[in-house]
Amino acid sequence: MAANQRPLSPHLQVYRPQITSVLSIFHRITGVILAFGAVMLVLWLVALANGPEGYTLLVEVLASPIGLLVLAGWTYAMFYHLCNGIRHLFWDAGVGFELSQAKTSGWIVVAASITLTVLVWAGALLGGGA
Amino acid sequence: MSRRTPLARALGAGSAKDGTGHWWAQRVSAVALVPLVLWLALSLASLAVGGADYLSAIDWVRVPMNAVLLLLVISAVFYHSHLGVQVVIEDYVHGAFMKVAALILQKLIHLALAVAGIFAVLRIALGD
Repeated sequence: MAANQRPLSPHLQVYRPQITSVLSIFHRITGVILAFGAVMLVLWLVALANGPEGYTLLVEVLASPIGLLVLAGWTYAMFYHLCNGIRHLFWDAGVGFELSQAKTSGWIVVAASITLTVLVWAGALLGGGA
Repeated sequence: MSRRTPLARALGAGSAKDGTGHWWAQRVSAVALVPLVLWLALSLASLAVGGADYLSAIDWVRVPMNAVLLLLVISAVFYHSHLGVQVVIEDYVHGAFMKVAALILQKLIHLALAVAGIFAVLRIALGD
């Protein structure tokens, strides 16, 4: 099929990465990460329902350095998708479409998602847990 | 002059025959998830502060308000997730068979995970 051999538009690699486009694809990437994170939530609940042995093992795995790294990544993906999702909801309401506004709100999302992640983890770690 | 029929205009479903249903469902579940996910994040973080041991986790799920909110989180998360993953597959998986197979599979997996999560919460909350 000749039609199938045509190059797909747009050629993403010819564009300079910009805050708007990078945050846009990051919203999708974090969404996919969260789909897998939701599996972890179910795993945790099923282990909890099945009794202490499996549950304790799961918590030990999650409390290992790699486990904590995964949890931290999950937390950040969650807060990013949440903050940028709210940004999308404003756009859906017709607010903030000017390029300058989109750039500002983008940086606010970056700052807010990092701040929220740090706050939650500081609370959990300084509180004596994890 | 529009060449659309009055019926097509009234239904407003467009060429995909689906209208804005998917888009709107994604937005409604997104709005629901804003408070639900914040609650979940804070709850799990405070559970982690206590070490997230078995008994305190069980006690936490057994609080009726927590169980209800967990059921709502699971429902909204997997509903929202299946809508999002659907779009990702539609965008990146080509070939009619693979696309349809992936779309059906992701829908069933989301449903199965949601049921497993809901059943686990009910077992903990209603068990003795």
